[in-house]
Amino acid sequence: MTPTPFGLSYLPETPSQTAGPYVHIGLIPSQAGFEIFRNNFSGDIAGADVEGQRIVIEGRIFDGAGHVTKDVLVETWQANAAGRYNHPADRQDKLLDQRFRGWARTGTDFNTGIYTIRTIKPGSVAGRKGRKAMAPHVNFWLASRGINIGLATRMYFDDEEAANAQDPVLNIIEQSERRRTLIATKSERDGAVVYTFDIHLQGERETVFFDV
Amino acid sequence: MTPEAEFHQRDRNLHPPAYTPIYKTSVLRSPRIPLWSLQNSLSEVTGPAFSPDELGPLDNDLVLNYAKQGEPIGEQTIVHGYVLDGNGQPVSNTLVEVWQANAGGRYRHRNDTYIAPIDPNFGGCGRMLTDERGYYFFRTIKPGAYPFRNRVNSWRPAHIHFSLFGTGFAQRLITQMYFEGDPLIPHDSIIATIPDKSAADRLTAKLDLNASRPLECLAYRFDIVLRGRRQTLFENKLQGG
Repeated sequence: MTPTPFGLSYLPETPSQTAGPYVHIGLIPSQAGFEIFRNNFSGDIAGADVEGQRIVIEGRIFDGAGHVTKDVLVETWQANAAGRYNHPADRQDKLLDQRFRGWARTGTDFNTGIYTIRTIKPGSVAGRKGRKAMAPHVNFWLASRGINIGLATRMYFDDEEAANAQDPVLNIIEQSERRRTLIATKSERDGAVVYTFDIHLQGERETVFFDV
Repeated sequence: MTPEAEFHQRDRNLHPPAYTPIYKTSVLRSPRIPLWSLQNSLSEVTGPAFSPDELGPLDNDLVLNYAKQGEPIGEQTIVHGYVLDGNGQPVSNTLVEVWQANAGGRYRHRNDTYIAPIDPNFGGCGRMLTDERGYYFFRTIKPGAYPFRNRVNSWRPAHIHFSLFGTGFAQRLITQMYFEGDPLIPHDSIIATIPDKSAADRLTAKLDLNASRPLECLAYRFDIVLRGRRQTLFENKLQGG
C-alpha cells in the first residue's frame, strides 16, 4: 500500500496505456482475421428473447483532421427497455431482463470506418438522489491507437426531446451546441430503426467526453 | 464493498494525458476541450458481468489455445497476480483479457506487416476471470520486441496488453505490462506518455522465481489496481439504491 500524505493507505490506480493498433487480436479476434474462442463477444446484443424495440446504432469516429478512424474499439453499456441495468447496484423497482446483459463490443470497420451496434432502445434510468430521471441513453467507451486513456461519452436519442430537456447530465453542459454532440439522429432503413451517432475526437465539432 | 457505492475520483496524474506529442498518433486523437466531470450515477457504478461458462477451458493458456500442429516457438512463461481496487480489496470474478505479439514480435493481425514470421501455433490472445481473491494467471510465450512507426527507429519493449472491467463501467481500463529488466523500457515512447515517473515501475512485471516451474518455465508477477469505491455513502446515496 502506498501511504498518502495524510497517512491513509490507498493503492494508486494502474496507469492506462493505449490499446494500440492490434486491439482486435485480444478483444475482437475475428476482425483481426482469425477465430480462436468458442464464444465471442459482439456488437449484436438484442437476442431473440430480449424485451424491447430493436434498434441499430451506427456511426463513424473522426480525428482532429477530419479523417475517419478505422481501428477504434467501441463498447457500449446500457439499461434494458424498462430502464434498469443488469447489475446488483441497480435496485430500481423495474423489470430485470436476465437475457439482456446490456454490454456490446465492436470495432470501426477497417474499410468504411463505420461501427454498428444492434441492440434495444433503453428506458429512462433514475438519476442521482434529488435529481431528475436520466433520459434514455447509451454509455460509450472508446479505446484505440493514439488514445492514451479510454474515452467515455454518452449517446442520447433525438426522438426523446422532452426527456432530454430534463436530463441532469445534458443540462450540466453549458453550451447547447456541445450538448448536441451527444444526440443521435433517427432514421429508418429497410424497416430497421437506425440511430446515427458520429463521434469527433477533436476539432470544431468535438464530442463531449466525460471524466466519470 | 456496498454495491451502490460511488467510485473515488480518478487521479488523472497517474495516467497519460490525451495529448502526448512524443506518441504522434495521439496528436489528432486527443480531445482538446476539458472533460466534463460527472458525478457517478447508476450508469457509471454499474457494468457488465461475465460468467465462467462463457469462457473455454484453454482460454487462459496461450501456449495451447491456438496450437495447430505443435506448440508455439519461444519461452513459455507464466504471468500471474491480483486485481485489487484502490482500497486494497480484491476484485473477484472480473474479466481479464490479454493480447500480445509472438516470440518474434509479430502480431496475428491483418494489419501487421513486420518482417518477423507469424507462428502457425500461436494466436496471441487469452482471457480469464479472477477468483474470489482477485487472483488471475495465464500461460503464454514471452513476446518479442518490435519496431513501430513513431520516429524512424522506435521500438516497443516486450509487452502484453491487458483489458479490465472491474465491477462498474467507470473502472474500465486498458493497459500494457512490461517485463523486468527489458533494456527498451527507458526508450519507449508509449511508457513516456505517462508523466508519473513511478508508472513504468508499476507497469513492469517482476520476475517471480518462486512461481516458476522448475525445468519448465519462468513466471512474472503483475498486480493490477482499479479505482476504489467509497466505503460508505451517507447522504449521497444513489437513487434506486
